[in-house]
Amino acid sequence: MSDVKAKKIVLSPIADNNPIILQVLGICSALAVTSKLETALIMCVGLTMVTALSNLFYSTIRNYVPSSVRIIAQMTIVATLVILVDQTLKAVAYEQSKPLSVFVGLIITNCIVMGRLEAFAISNPPWPSFLDGLGNGLGYSAILIVLAVIRELFGSGKLLGVEILPLATEGGWYVPNGLLLLPPSAFFLIGLVIWAVRTWKPEQVEKPDFRIQAGQAHGAEAH
Amino acid sequence: MAIKDTKANALIVAGVLCFVCSLLVTVAAIALRPVQQASKLDDKRKNILRVVNMYEPGMNIDEAFKQITPKVVELDTGAIVEDVDPATYDQYSAAKDPAQGGQMILGSADIAKIKYRPKYATVYMLYNDDGTPRTVILPVNGYGLWSTLYGFLAVESDGNTVVGINFYQHSETPGLGGEVDNPNWKQLWSGKKVYDEQGEVALRLVKGGVDPQAPDAEHKVDALAGATLTSDGVSNLVRYWMSEDGFKPFLERLATQHAGAAAAPSA
Repeated sequence: MSDVKAKKIVLSPIADNNPIILQVLGICSALAVTSKLETALIMCVGLTMVTALSNLFYSTIRNYVPSSVRIIAQMTIVATLVILVDQTLKAVAYEQSKPLSVFVGLIITNCIVMGRLEAFAISNPPWPSFLDGLGNGLGYSAILIVLAVIRELFGSGKLLGVEILPLATEGGWYVPNGLLLLPPSAFFLIGLVIWAVRTWKPEQVEKPDFRIQAGQAHGAEAH
Repeated sequence: MAIKDTKANALIVAGVLCFVCSLLVTVAAIALRPVQQASKLDDKRKNILRVVNMYEPGMNIDEAFKQITPKVVELDTGAIVEDVDPATYDQYSAAKDPAQGGQMILGSADIAKIKYRPKYATVYMLYNDDGTPRTVILPVNGYGLWSTLYGFLAVESDGNTVVGINFYQHSETPGLGGEVDNPNWKQLWSGKKVYDEQGEVALRLVKGGVDPQAPDAEHKVDALAGATLTSDGVSNLVRYWMSEDGFKPFLERLATQHAGAAAAPSA
Protein backbone atom coordinates (compact mmCIF):
# COMPACT_ATOMS: atom_id res chain seq x y z
CA MET A 1 0.00 0.00 0.00
CA SER A 2 1.39 3.35 -0.96
CA ASP A 3 2.08 6.03 1.60
CA VAL A 4 -0.29 8.37 -0.16
CA LYS A 5 -3.18 5.98 0.28
CA ALA A 6 -2.27 5.29 3.90
CA LYS A 7 -2.22 8.99 4.58
CA LYS A 8 -5.59 9.40 2.96
CA ILE A 9 -7.10 6.59 5.06
CA VAL A 10 -5.88 8.21 8.26
CA LEU A 11 -6.65 11.82 7.38
CA SER A 12 -9.94 11.66 5.51
CA PRO A 13 -12.05 10.82 8.62
CA ILE A 14 -10.74 13.93 10.36
CA ALA A 15 -12.32 16.56 8.14
CA ASP A 16 -13.71 15.07 4.92
CA ASN A 17 -15.56 12.10 6.35
CA ASN A 18 -15.74 12.79 10.06
CA PRO A 19 -17.65 10.16 12.03
CA ILE A 20 -19.36 12.73 14.28
CA ILE A 21 -20.12 15.65 12.03
CA LEU A 22 -20.69 13.92 8.70
CA GLN A 23 -21.88 10.45 9.66
CA VAL A 24 -23.38 11.77 12.93
CA LEU A 25 -22.29 8.74 14.95
CA GLY A 26 -21.03 8.54 18.51
CA ILE A 27 -23.01 11.57 19.64
CA CYS A 28 -23.94 10.14 23.04
CA SER A 29 -20.44 10.04 24.43
CA ALA A 30 -19.59 13.32 22.69
CA LEU A 31 -22.26 14.98 24.84
CA ALA A 32 -21.35 13.19 28.01
CA VAL A 33 -17.61 13.48 28.40
CA THR A 34 -16.85 16.92 26.98
CA SER A 35 -17.59 19.15 29.96
CA LYS A 36 -13.93 18.83 30.93
CA LEU A 37 -10.97 18.60 28.59
CA GLU A 38 -9.17 16.05 30.73
CA THR A 39 -11.94 13.46 30.62
CA ALA A 40 -12.46 14.15 26.92
CA LEU A 41 -8.78 13.44 26.20
CA ILE A 42 -8.85 10.16 28.11
CA MET A 43 -12.01 9.15 26.27
CA CYS A 44 -10.35 10.04 22.93
CA VAL A 45 -7.35 7.85 23.67
CA GLY A 46 -9.61 5.01 24.78
CA LEU A 47 -11.89 5.16 21.77
CA THR A 48 -9.05 5.58 19.27
CA MET A 49 -7.28 2.54 20.68
CA VAL A 50 -10.41 0.42 20.65
CA THR A 51 -11.36 1.43 17.10
CA ALA A 52 -7.87 0.91 15.70
CA LEU A 53 -7.17 -2.39 17.45
CA SER A 54 -10.60 -3.91 16.93
CA ASN A 55 -10.29 -3.10 13.21
CA LEU A 56 -6.83 -4.68 13.20
CA PHE A 57 -7.85 -7.86 15.00
CA TYR A 58 -11.12 -8.33 13.19
CA SER A 59 -9.46 -7.78 9.85
CA THR A 60 -6.83 -10.40 10.73
CA ILE A 61 -9.46 -13.08 11.29
CA ARG A 62 -12.01 -11.80 8.76
CA ASN A 63 -11.43 -14.68 6.32
CA TYR A 64 -12.22 -17.29 8.95
CA VAL A 65 -15.35 -15.80 10.46
CA PRO A 66 -18.60 -17.05 8.90
CA SER A 67 -20.93 -14.20 8.08
CA SER A 68 -23.64 -15.72 10.29
CA VAL A 69 -21.64 -15.02 13.46
CA ARG A 70 -19.70 -11.97 12.34
CA ILE A 71 -21.54 -9.40 14.46
CA ILE A 72 -21.14 -11.36 17.66
CA ALA A 73 -17.48 -12.00 16.80
CA GLN A 74 -17.00 -8.24 16.36
CA MET A 75 -18.76 -7.55 19.63
CA THR A 76 -16.56 -10.04 21.46
CA ILE A 77 -13.39 -8.40 20.18
CA VAL A 78 -14.66 -4.90 20.94
CA ALA A 79 -15.83 -5.88 24.41
CA THR A 80 -12.49 -7.51 25.20
CA LEU A 81 -10.60 -4.40 24.15
CA VAL A 82 -12.92 -2.13 26.10
CA ILE A 83 -12.44 -4.21 29.25
CA LEU A 84 -8.68 -4.01 28.75
CA VAL A 85 -8.86 -0.22 28.38
CA ASP A 86 -11.14 0.10 31.40
CA GLN A 87 -8.98 -2.09 33.61
CA THR A 88 -5.81 -0.28 32.56
CA LEU A 89 -7.42 3.10 33.27
CA LYS A 90 -8.47 1.98 36.74
CA ALA A 91 -4.93 0.88 37.43
CA VAL A 92 -2.99 3.87 36.14
CA ALA A 93 -5.40 6.80 36.39
CA TYR A 94 -7.89 5.83 39.08
CA GLU A 95 -9.06 9.32 39.92
CA GLN A 96 -9.74 10.22 36.28
CA SER A 97 -11.35 6.85 35.58
CA LYS A 98 -14.13 7.39 38.14
CA PRO A 99 -16.22 9.91 36.18
CA LEU A 100 -15.47 8.06 32.93
CA SER A 101 -16.03 4.44 33.80
CA VAL A 102 -19.60 4.20 32.56
CA PHE A 103 -18.74 5.89 29.26
CA VAL A 104 -15.65 3.76 28.73
CA GLY A 105 -17.89 0.72 29.19
CA LEU A 106 -20.28 2.14 26.62
CA ILE A 107 -17.54 2.27 23.96
CA ILE A 108 -18.70 -1.31 23.33
CA THR A 109 -21.88 0.03 21.82
CA ASN A 110 -20.30 3.08 20.21
CA CYS A 111 -21.57 3.23 16.65
CA ILE A 112 -18.23 4.38 15.31
CA VAL A 113 -16.45 1.21 16.39
CA MET A 114 -19.07 -1.14 14.98
CA GLY A 115 -19.50 1.06 11.94
CA ARG A 116 -15.83 0.84 10.97
CA LEU A 117 -15.73 -2.91 11.53
CA GLU A 118 -18.69 -3.46 9.26
CA ALA A 119 -17.77 -0.83 6.70
CA PHE A 120 -14.03 -1.32 6.44
CA ALA A 121 -12.32 -4.06 8.43
CA ILE A 122 -14.62 -6.77 7.10
CA SER A 123 -13.26 -6.38 3.58
CA ASN A 124 -9.76 -4.92 3.93
CA PRO A 125 -6.38 -6.26 5.04
CA PRO A 126 -5.18 -5.65 8.62
CA TRP A 127 -2.83 -2.70 8.09
CA PRO A 128 -5.25 -0.43 6.18
CA SER A 129 -7.96 -1.47 8.66
CA PHE A 130 -5.78 -0.41 11.54
CA LEU A 131 -5.15 2.95 9.85
CA ASP A 132 -8.84 3.39 9.15
CA GLY A 133 -9.66 2.77 12.81
CA LEU A 134 -6.93 5.14 13.86
CA GLY A 135 -8.20 7.84 11.49
CA ASN A 136 -11.79 7.52 12.67
CA GLY A 137 -10.66 7.58 16.27
CA LEU A 138 -8.73 10.76 15.53
CA GLY A 139 -11.73 12.26 13.74
CA TYR A 140 -13.86 11.59 16.81
CA SER A 141 -11.09 12.97 19.03
CA ALA A 142 -10.81 16.17 17.00
CA ILE A 143 -14.48 17.01 17.54
CA LEU A 144 -14.39 16.00 21.22
CA ILE A 145 -11.39 18.22 21.83
CA VAL A 146 -13.02 21.19 20.10
CA LEU A 147 -16.19 20.73 22.17
CA ALA A 148 -14.33 20.17 25.42
CA VAL A 149 -12.11 23.23 24.95
CA ILE A 150 -15.13 25.47 24.32
CA ARG A 151 -17.21 23.93 27.11
CA GLU A 152 -14.54 23.91 29.79
CA LEU A 153 -13.11 27.31 28.89
CA PHE A 154 -16.40 29.21 28.73
CA GLY A 155 -18.30 27.00 31.17
CA SER A 156 -15.87 27.02 34.04
CA GLY A 157 -13.11 29.41 32.93
CA LYS A 158 -10.49 26.68 33.00
CA LEU A 159 -8.55 24.39 30.70
CA LEU A 160 -7.32 21.07 32.05
CA GLY A 161 -8.23 22.41 35.49
CA VAL A 162 -5.95 25.46 35.13
CA GLU A 163 -7.71 28.78 35.47
CA ILE A 164 -7.65 30.79 32.23
CA LEU A 165 -10.53 33.21 32.71
CA PRO A 166 -10.72 34.39 36.34
CA LEU A 167 -14.26 33.77 37.57
CA ALA A 168 -16.42 36.57 38.96
CA THR A 169 -17.34 34.37 41.93
CA GLU A 170 -13.67 34.21 42.87
CA GLY A 171 -12.80 37.84 42.40
CA GLY A 172 -12.20 37.83 38.62
CA TRP A 173 -14.27 39.29 35.82
CA TYR A 174 -15.63 36.30 33.92
CA VAL A 175 -19.19 35.16 34.55
CA PRO A 176 -19.27 31.54 33.36
CA ASN A 177 -21.99 30.21 31.11
CA GLY A 178 -23.53 27.37 33.11
CA LEU A 179 -25.40 26.00 30.10
CA LEU A 180 -22.10 24.97 28.54
CA LEU A 181 -21.54 22.53 31.38
CA LEU A 182 -24.80 20.72 30.70
CA PRO A 183 -25.00 18.02 28.03
CA PRO A 184 -27.46 19.86 25.72
CA SER A 185 -24.88 22.55 25.02
CA ALA A 186 -22.80 19.96 23.18
CA PHE A 187 -25.74 19.53 20.78
CA PHE A 188 -25.71 23.23 19.94
CA LEU A 189 -21.95 23.19 19.57
CA ILE A 190 -21.94 20.11 17.34
CA GLY A 191 -24.59 21.83 15.20
CA LEU A 192 -22.41 24.93 14.91
CA VAL A 193 -19.35 22.83 14.05
CA ILE A 194 -21.31 21.00 11.36
CA TRP A 195 -22.46 24.35 9.95
CA ALA A 196 -18.91 25.70 9.95
CA VAL A 197 -17.40 22.60 8.33
CA ARG A 198 -20.10 22.41 5.66
CA THR A 199 -19.59 26.06 4.81
CA TRP A 200 -15.89 25.33 4.41
CA LYS A 201 -16.50 22.08 2.50
CA PRO A 202 -19.83 22.51 0.65
CA GLU A 203 -19.59 18.99 -0.84
CA GLN A 204 -20.59 17.63 2.60
CA VAL A 205 -23.98 19.32 2.39
CA GLU A 206 -26.65 16.65 2.00
CA LYS A 207 -29.35 16.91 -0.61
CA PRO A 208 -32.70 17.62 0.99
CA ASP A 209 -34.95 14.55 1.37
CA PHE A 210 -37.99 16.54 0.40
CA ARG A 211 -38.57 19.77 -1.36
CA ILE A 212 -41.92 21.37 -0.71
CA GLN A 213 -42.63 22.45 -4.25
CA ALA A 214 -45.30 21.45 -6.67
CA GLY A 215 -44.44 19.32 -9.68
CA GLN A 216 -40.97 18.18 -8.69
CA ALA A 217 -40.66 14.60 -9.85
CA HIS A 218 -37.26 14.04 -8.22
CA GLY A 219 -38.41 15.60 -4.94
CA ALA A 220 -38.42 12.42 -2.87
CA GLU A 221 -35.15 10.90 -3.93
CA ALA A 222 -33.66 8.57 -1.37
CA HIS A 223 -30.04 8.43 -0.40
CA MET B 1 -16.02 -20.38 1.18
CA ALA B 2 -18.19 -23.41 1.60
CA ILE B 3 -16.19 -24.65 4.59
CA LYS B 4 -16.13 -21.20 6.14
CA ASP B 5 -19.89 -20.92 6.24
CA THR B 6 -20.70 -24.33 7.71
CA LYS B 7 -22.37 -24.54 11.10
CA ALA B 8 -19.45 -26.47 12.53
CA ASN B 9 -17.04 -23.75 11.48
CA ALA B 10 -19.28 -21.09 13.02
CA LEU B 11 -19.13 -22.91 16.33
CA ILE B 12 -15.38 -23.48 16.12
CA VAL B 13 -14.62 -19.85 15.26
CA ALA B 14 -16.95 -18.56 17.98
CA GLY B 15 -15.50 -20.97 20.52
CA VAL B 16 -11.87 -20.19 19.77
CA LEU B 17 -12.53 -16.45 19.69
CA CYS B 18 -14.35 -16.51 23.02
CA PHE B 19 -11.61 -18.61 24.57
CA VAL B 20 -8.83 -16.29 23.40
CA CYS B 21 -10.75 -13.17 24.46
CA SER B 22 -11.65 -14.53 27.88
CA LEU B 23 -8.03 -15.50 28.38
CA LEU B 24 -6.94 -11.94 27.58
CA VAL B 25 -9.51 -10.42 29.93
CA THR B 26 -8.59 -12.81 32.72
CA VAL B 27 -4.89 -12.16 32.40
CA ALA B 28 -5.46 -8.40 32.37
CA ALA B 29 -7.81 -8.51 35.35
CA ILE B 30 -5.48 -10.63 37.45
CA ALA B 31 -2.30 -8.83 36.44
CA LEU B 32 -3.75 -5.38 37.03
CA ARG B 33 -5.64 -6.11 40.24
CA PRO B 34 -2.80 -5.32 42.68
CA VAL B 35 -2.08 -2.04 40.88
CA GLN B 36 -5.77 -1.14 40.85
CA GLN B 37 -6.19 -1.85 44.53
CA ALA B 38 -3.14 0.21 45.34
CA SER B 39 -4.47 3.13 43.27
CA LYS B 40 -7.86 2.84 44.90
CA LEU B 41 -6.37 2.86 48.38
CA ASP B 42 -4.12 5.77 47.47
CA ASP B 43 -7.12 7.67 46.18
CA LYS B 44 -9.07 7.11 49.38
CA ARG B 45 -6.11 8.10 51.52
CA LYS B 46 -5.53 11.18 49.39
CA ASN B 47 -9.12 12.23 50.06
CA ILE B 48 -8.78 11.64 53.78
CA LEU B 49 -5.62 13.75 53.84
CA ARG B 50 -7.35 16.46 51.82
CA VAL B 51 -10.12 16.91 54.34
CA VAL B 52 -7.62 17.83 57.05
CA ASN B 53 -5.56 19.96 54.61
CA MET B 54 -2.57 17.65 54.80
CA TYR B 55 -2.49 16.72 51.13
CA GLU B 56 0.01 18.20 48.70
CA PRO B 57 0.37 16.99 45.11
CA GLY B 58 3.33 14.68 44.68
CA MET B 59 3.65 13.84 48.36
CA ASN B 60 4.30 10.35 49.65
CA ILE B 61 0.81 9.28 50.65
CA ASP B 62 1.85 6.17 52.58
CA GLU B 63 4.26 8.22 54.66
CA ALA B 64 1.73 10.97 55.42
CA PHE B 65 -0.98 8.47 56.23
CA LYS B 66 1.08 6.97 59.07
CA GLN B 67 -0.17 9.84 61.24
CA ILE B 68 -3.74 8.75 60.71
CA THR B 69 -5.23 5.76 62.53
CA PRO B 70 -8.39 4.12 61.24
CA LYS B 71 -10.80 2.97 63.95
CA VAL B 72 -14.15 1.22 63.78
CA VAL B 73 -16.93 2.85 65.77
CA GLU B 74 -20.25 1.35 66.79
CA LEU B 75 -22.74 4.04 65.78
CA ASP B 76 -25.40 3.31 68.43
CA THR B 77 -23.05 3.56 71.39
CA GLY B 78 -20.28 5.66 69.91
CA ALA B 79 -17.72 3.23 71.29
CA ILE B 80 -14.59 2.25 69.41
CA VAL B 81 -14.69 -1.48 68.80
CA GLU B 82 -11.47 -3.43 68.39
CA ASP B 83 -12.83 -6.71 67.05
CA VAL B 84 -13.64 -5.31 63.60
CA ASP B 85 -10.60 -4.78 61.41
CA PRO B 86 -10.73 -1.29 59.84
CA ALA B 87 -8.44 -2.42 57.02
CA THR B 88 -10.99 -4.88 55.66
CA TYR B 89 -14.29 -3.45 56.92
CA ASP B 90 -16.33 -1.63 54.28
CA GLN B 91 -19.19 0.22 55.92
CA TYR B 92 -21.06 0.94 52.69
CA SER B 93 -21.36 -2.72 51.71
CA ALA B 94 -21.93 -3.74 55.34
CA ALA B 95 -24.84 -1.28 55.55
CA LYS B 96 -26.79 -3.37 53.04
CA ASP B 97 -25.91 -6.67 54.69
CA PRO B 98 -28.14 -7.59 57.66
CA ALA B 99 -25.60 -10.26 58.65
CA GLN B 100 -23.12 -7.48 59.36
CA GLY B 101 -25.67 -5.43 61.27
CA GLY B 102 -26.82 -3.26 58.37
CA GLN B 103 -30.35 -1.88 58.68
CA MET B 104 -32.80 -0.13 56.44
CA ILE B 105 -33.56 3.44 57.45
CA LEU B 106 -37.30 3.80 57.42
CA GLY B 107 -39.43 6.67 56.18
CA SER B 108 -38.79 10.12 57.56
CA ALA B 109 -35.73 8.98 59.52
CA ASP B 110 -33.91 8.71 56.22
CA ILE B 111 -32.99 12.38 56.06
CA ALA B 112 -29.95 11.88 53.87
CA LYS B 113 -31.83 9.46 51.53
CA ILE B 114 -29.25 6.73 51.81
CA LYS B 115 -31.68 3.87 52.62
CA TYR B 116 -29.22 1.82 54.66
CA ARG B 117 -27.29 2.41 57.86
CA PRO B 118 -24.33 0.33 58.93
CA LYS B 119 -23.87 -0.84 62.51
CA TYR B 120 -20.24 0.17 62.48
CA ALA B 121 -18.48 3.00 60.71
CA THR B 122 -14.82 3.51 59.97
CA VAL B 123 -13.45 6.79 61.32
CA TYR B 124 -9.94 8.13 60.98
CA MET B 125 -8.19 9.59 64.00
CA LEU B 126 -5.42 12.11 64.09
CA TYR B 127 -3.61 12.29 67.43
CA ASN B 128 -1.64 14.97 69.23
CA ASP B 129 1.93 14.21 70.28
CA ASP B 130 0.72 13.27 73.77
CA GLY B 131 -1.65 10.66 72.37
CA THR B 132 -4.91 12.57 72.84
CA PRO B 133 -7.19 12.82 69.80
CA ARG B 134 -6.76 16.02 67.78
CA THR B 135 -9.07 15.57 64.82
CA VAL B 136 -11.48 12.88 63.79
CA ILE B 137 -12.42 12.27 60.16
CA LEU B 138 -15.92 10.91 59.71
CA PRO B 139 -17.29 9.26 56.56
CA VAL B 140 -20.54 10.87 55.38
CA ASN B 141 -22.86 10.22 52.48
CA GLY B 142 -26.18 11.49 51.25
CA TYR B 143 -28.23 12.04 48.13
CA GLY B 144 -27.81 15.29 46.21
CA LEU B 145 -29.50 16.00 42.89
CA TRP B 146 -28.28 13.18 40.65
CA SER B 147 -26.25 10.97 42.87
CA THR B 148 -25.21 9.97 46.32
CA LEU B 149 -22.32 12.10 47.49
CA TYR B 150 -19.61 10.29 49.42
CA GLY B 151 -17.14 12.23 51.47
CA PHE B 152 -15.49 12.95 54.75
CA LEU B 153 -16.18 15.54 57.40
CA ALA B 154 -13.36 16.31 59.80
CA VAL B 155 -14.21 17.51 63.31
CA GLU B 156 -11.92 18.66 66.10
CA SER B 157 -11.63 16.64 69.29
CA ASP B 158 -14.17 18.92 71.01
CA GLY B 159 -16.70 17.05 68.89
CA ASN B 160 -18.14 20.29 67.53
CA THR B 161 -15.71 22.40 65.51
CA VAL B 162 -15.47 21.54 61.81
CA VAL B 163 -11.99 21.24 60.30
CA GLY B 164 -13.04 20.55 56.74
CA ILE B 165 -15.22 18.65 54.31
CA ASN B 166 -14.35 16.82 51.13
CA PHE B 167 -16.38 14.71 48.72
CA TYR B 168 -14.55 12.02 46.83
CA GLN B 169 -17.39 10.60 44.82
CA HIS B 170 -20.47 12.23 43.32
CA SER B 171 -22.08 12.94 39.94
CA GLU B 172 -23.51 16.37 40.56
CA THR B 173 -23.71 18.83 37.65
CA PRO B 174 -20.23 20.13 36.86
CA GLY B 175 -19.98 23.85 37.59
CA LEU B 176 -23.15 23.92 39.69
CA GLY B 177 -23.58 21.12 42.23
CA GLY B 178 -20.15 19.90 41.22
CA GLU B 179 -18.79 22.99 42.96
CA VAL B 180 -18.82 20.94 46.17
CA ASP B 181 -15.26 20.23 45.02
CA ASN B 182 -14.38 23.93 44.86
CA PRO B 183 -11.55 24.60 47.34
CA ASN B 184 -12.85 28.10 48.07
CA TRP B 185 -16.22 26.74 49.06
CA LYS B 186 -14.74 23.94 51.14
CA GLN B 187 -12.70 26.53 52.99
CA LEU B 188 -15.92 28.12 54.26
CA TRP B 189 -16.50 25.08 56.47
CA SER B 190 -13.40 25.47 58.55
CA GLY B 191 -14.19 26.62 62.11
CA LYS B 192 -17.97 26.17 61.83
CA LYS B 193 -19.77 24.55 64.76
CA VAL B 194 -21.95 21.49 64.26
CA TYR B 195 -24.15 21.70 67.39
CA ASP B 196 -25.97 24.59 69.00
CA GLU B 197 -26.20 25.10 72.75
CA GLN B 198 -29.06 22.61 73.08
CA GLY B 199 -26.93 19.96 71.40
CA GLU B 200 -29.04 19.94 68.25
CA VAL B 201 -27.43 19.78 64.83
CA ALA B 202 -27.44 23.40 63.68
CA LEU B 203 -24.87 23.33 60.88
CA ARG B 204 -26.49 23.87 57.49
CA LEU B 205 -26.17 25.56 54.14
CA VAL B 206 -28.01 28.84 53.64
CA LYS B 207 -28.77 30.85 50.53
CA GLY B 208 -27.58 34.37 49.96
CA GLY B 209 -24.29 34.32 51.79
CA VAL B 210 -23.43 34.33 55.47
CA ASP B 211 -22.96 37.55 57.39
CA PRO B 212 -19.98 36.85 59.64
CA GLN B 213 -21.41 39.28 62.23
CA ALA B 214 -24.70 37.39 62.59
CA PRO B 215 -25.04 35.57 65.91
CA ASP B 216 -25.47 32.12 64.38
CA ALA B 217 -22.95 32.57 61.55
CA GLU B 218 -20.90 29.78 63.05
CA HIS B 219 -23.64 27.32 62.11
CA LYS B 220 -24.12 28.53 58.55
CA VAL B 221 -22.23 27.87 55.36
CA ASP B 222 -23.01 29.69 52.11
CA ALA B 223 -24.98 27.39 49.79
CA LEU B 224 -23.78 26.60 46.28
CA ALA B 225 -25.04 29.08 43.69
CA GLY B 226 -27.43 27.46 41.22
CA ALA B 227 -27.44 24.16 43.05
CA THR B 228 -30.33 24.20 45.51
CA LEU B 229 -30.86 20.45 45.52
CA THR B 230 -27.19 19.59 45.93
CA SER B 231 -26.96 22.16 48.75
CA ASP B 232 -30.03 20.66 50.43
CA GLY B 233 -28.45 17.25 50.04
CA VAL B 234 -25.28 18.41 51.75
CA SER B 235 -27.30 20.02 54.58
CA ASN B 236 -29.29 16.81 54.98
CA LEU B 237 -26.29 14.54 55.05
CA VAL B 238 -24.68 16.71 57.72
CA ARG B 239 -27.94 16.68 59.69
CA TYR B 240 -28.21 12.90 59.44
CA TRP B 241 -24.63 11.92 60.14
CA MET B 242 -24.24 14.36 63.03
CA SER B 243 -27.51 13.19 64.64
CA GLU B 244 -28.16 10.44 67.20
CA ASP B 245 -28.41 7.98 64.32
CA GLY B 246 -25.02 9.06 63.05
CA PHE B 247 -21.90 10.06 64.91
CA LYS B 248 -23.37 12.08 67.76
CA PRO B 249 -22.81 9.38 70.40
CA PHE B 250 -19.22 9.03 69.25
CA LEU B 251 -18.64 12.79 69.17
CA GLU B 252 -20.15 13.16 72.66
CA ARG B 253 -17.73 10.59 74.00
CA LEU B 254 -14.90 12.38 72.28
CA ALA B 255 -16.00 15.73 73.74
CA THR B 256 -16.23 14.28 77.25
CA GLN B 257 -12.78 12.81 76.90
CA HIS B 258 -11.51 16.11 75.53
CA ALA B 259 -13.03 18.12 78.38
CA GLY B 260 -11.58 15.59 80.85
CA ALA B 261 -8.14 15.88 79.31
CA ALA B 262 -8.31 19.67 79.41
CA ALA B 263 -9.42 19.72 83.04
CA ALA B 264 -6.88 17.19 84.26
CA PRO B 265 -3.54 18.58 85.36
CA SER B 266 -0.96 18.00 82.69
CA ALA B 267 1.30 15.08 83.43
